[in-house]
Amino acid sequence: MAIIRFGDRPFFRSPWSEFERMRRDMDALLQYWGGEGGRGEAMVYPLLNIFEDKDNIYIYGEVPGVLPENLDVSVEGETLIIKGERKPWQAGEDVSFHRREIQCGTFSRAISLPTKVNTGRVEARVIDGILSVTIAKAEEVKPRQVEIKVG
Amino acid sequence: MQDKELQVQPKHQVQQGGEPTKPEKLFVPAVDIYETEKAVTVVAEMPGVAKSGISVSLEDGVLTMTGERHNGLEKGTALLREFETGRYVRKFTVSENIDQEHIKATMVHGMLTLVLPKIPPASPRRIEVKGG
Repeated sequence: MAIIRFGDRPFFRSPWSEFERMRRDMDALLQYWGGEGGRGEAMVYPLLNIFEDKDNIYIYGEVPGVLPENLDVSVEGETLIIKGERKPWQAGEDVSFHRREIQCGTFSRAISLPTKVNTGRVEARVIDGILSVTIAKAEEVKPRQVEIKVG
Repeated sequence: MQDKELQVQPKHQVQQGGEPTKPEKLFVPAVDIYETEKAVTVVAEMPGVAKSGISVSLEDGVLTMTGERHNGLEKGTALLREFETGRYVRKFTVSENIDQEHIKATMVHGMLTLVLPKIPPASPRRIEVKGG
């Protein structure tokens, strides 16, 4: 995830710093397009979409056919871990397959969260094959409205 | 099979025939098709599609299954997007020995299951020729 923090910026400006920055950007770009997956995807099951608002971080993953009891979601520090197993879907014993495109197996993915979170307030649900995890941000990273006084 | 690590399967995107009215993407869901003595079963993975978003039609021997995603899951600003969302469409030709009147569809946990019962083969009947 490309999160540029303030501290990543150089402290002082050297005449070469601009070239240095360009070179770094080019490297990052090449890595981004040339890497496995091509679109900056981690290529680890399940693929995730992450959203945030001022209070929470929302994580969505596509896990069709995974029963809720076979899913295990945990937060350790600033890392979210999703583990689980996808079992074969309802096929009986005595069947012959024409097509078999749906995979089954185990999965485990860890992803570092963009901010500090309140590990006590994590909610995970599976709705129609979409895992949705809501994690409350830690109080200290929530944006605080600064009141502007007149006078 | 059971202990295998799951790999990411990239979604197959298809182009819509004709011009689309809505700017949405069309995906081909992965399917399993298996047969037993009594029926052919099609299982398609359509994550994010509720029961109400499924439509299955059979026309001129072509079975079309469509899954419309329900909205309202995504809120706030996006930080990371690894999967894309859209509509799922897949078509299959259905052979004549399928009882087209009694196709059953169920949708659980983002998996659409279609059971296509076979028509029992007509039992050979001997027709006696009577003399006389």
